[in-house]
Amino acid sequence: MLKIDDLRVNYGGIEAVKGITFEVPEREIVTLIGANGAGKSTTLRAIAGLVKPASGRIHLQAEDITSLSPDRIVSKGITLVPEGRHVFPDLTVLENLKIGAYLRTDSLEDDIRWVYDLFPRLKERSWQAAGTLSGGEQQMLAVGRALMSRPKLMMMDEPSLGLAPLVVKGIFDIIKEINRQGVTILLIEQNANMALHTADTAYVLETGRLTMRGTGRELLSDEAVKKAYLG
Amino acid sequence: MQYAVSILLSGISLGGQYALIAIGYTMVYGILRLINFAHGDVFMVAGLMMVYLSASLPLMASLPLMLLLTVLLGFVIERAAYKPLRSAPRMSVMISAIGVSYLLQNLATYITGGLPQMYPSLPFLSESVTILGAPTKWVTVVTPVLVILLVLALTQLINRTKVGMAMRAVAKDFETSQLMGIKINSVISVTFIIGSFLAAVGSMLYFTNYPSIVPLSGALPGLRAFVAAVFGGIGSIPGAVIGAFLIGICESVIKGSDWSVFSDAFTFALLIVILVVKPTGLFGEKATDKV
Repeated sequence: MLKIDDLRVNYGGIEAVKGITFEVPEREIVTLIGANGAGKSTTLRAIAGLVKPASGRIHLQAEDITSLSPDRIVSKGITLVPEGRHVFPDLTVLENLKIGAYLRTDSLEDDIRWVYDLFPRLKERSWQAAGTLSGGEQQMLAVGRALMSRPKLMMMDEPSLGLAPLVVKGIFDIIKEINRQGVTILLIEQNANMALHTADTAYVLETGRLTMRGTGRELLSDEAVKKAYLG
Repeated sequence: MQYAVSILLSGISLGGQYALIAIGYTMVYGILRLINFAHGDVFMVAGLMMVYLSASLPLMASLPLMLLLTVLLGFVIERAAYKPLRSAPRMSVMISAIGVSYLLQNLATYITGGLPQMYPSLPFLSESVTILGAPTKWVTVVTPVLVILLVLALTQLINRTKVGMAMRAVAKDFETSQLMGIKINSVISVTFIIGSFLAAVGSMLYFTNYPSIVPLSGALPGLRAFVAAVFGGIGSIPGAVIGAFLIGICESVIKGSDWSVFSDAFTFALLIVILVVKPTGLFGEKATDKV
């Protein structure tokens, strides 16, 4: 579904992503794991159109989407749940969901109901300012907001960051549920354990290069991965 | 009594005119974190356009045309002088704004030859009326009413429409707004268009009270409106409006006293006091962020 071909991205004057090639097949959960600064976020930001790649191509279902503007990428069906949630703190929960559907002109009611079914907590807080939610609730809202664009592919940047283990488990259960309902997922995580347990396919990213590929289970039992990322 | 009423009326009216300028400052700051120093000069150019347009066109044509051209000017200034600097340090954009300010003043000097231009007397607005025994012009009465209507409309736009929601989002977080599919450049343009439109309306009301207009006519009202925006808490629209009314009334009261030469000194002393005592102003941004 998504094909990344020899992608190179410069970020802050250095080459953060040094020619990576990988694929996200339809309906799968694919994860990139790797240490801080390995280039994971930069890869997602390049796909989302927030940074322009130095070279390489990005294809979505055979269509070249390299260097399109972020709004065009969203309209193609790719959404990014940013690192650190970034909900709009002054907007209400409902407004945050509505702004996730900014490019849509059709009725949102079914999707709002769908998101509220996935996250009943959000429904209770519909009229609250998003800034007053707890970290876990903000992460739910960020996911719900991304779903409101009716994405084919949802990219998630460190969804577990700063959340309690129990909350993280809840978020990953929801990720699997969303995937079951037909949304392809590209997930990057420092919490490799959780990510590998969830993913169909996993890649290891080290200082801008992909060094390993396998199913989630394979990498979980790999000695090198265990040593470097699973402690 | 009659004197007090007349001072208060003109203060409220002046405050309303400042409010229309101050909203432009505060909205642009809210979104770009930029003090748009050229805003007062856009206000002046709107006045000059009215002078030239009304010389050859009837009011029904010159007034809407003036509003349209001012809006266009605001749009073009943003696209030409601020947009290319979107990722530059904030200081560069501010210097660019100062440059635009001088450019407009000097263009105005070039076109007018530096001579004061007679502002046309607008029917109805320039006509006299007596309120509670105090003689004044209709514009004094119309201004606060018009300001309240425009502010209400603006609040509805910001709180109830999609583009308003996008403006609130972009003001908080450029990058996440882009991830929602919002074209931030369009939202920024809309902000400049609204600001320039309000400044154009303000210029019509303001210059009706003065016989003529010179290239520097926008500088002081612009600065006073800026002080009003800071006083109210820059970035906050209700803050700018309340700040503008307070400053307008204070100015009018001081101008009506024995201390009239100190009216601007008072305004700027007020700015210093606010910046020292409460830099966020009356309604400055409160952080509801939870990390």
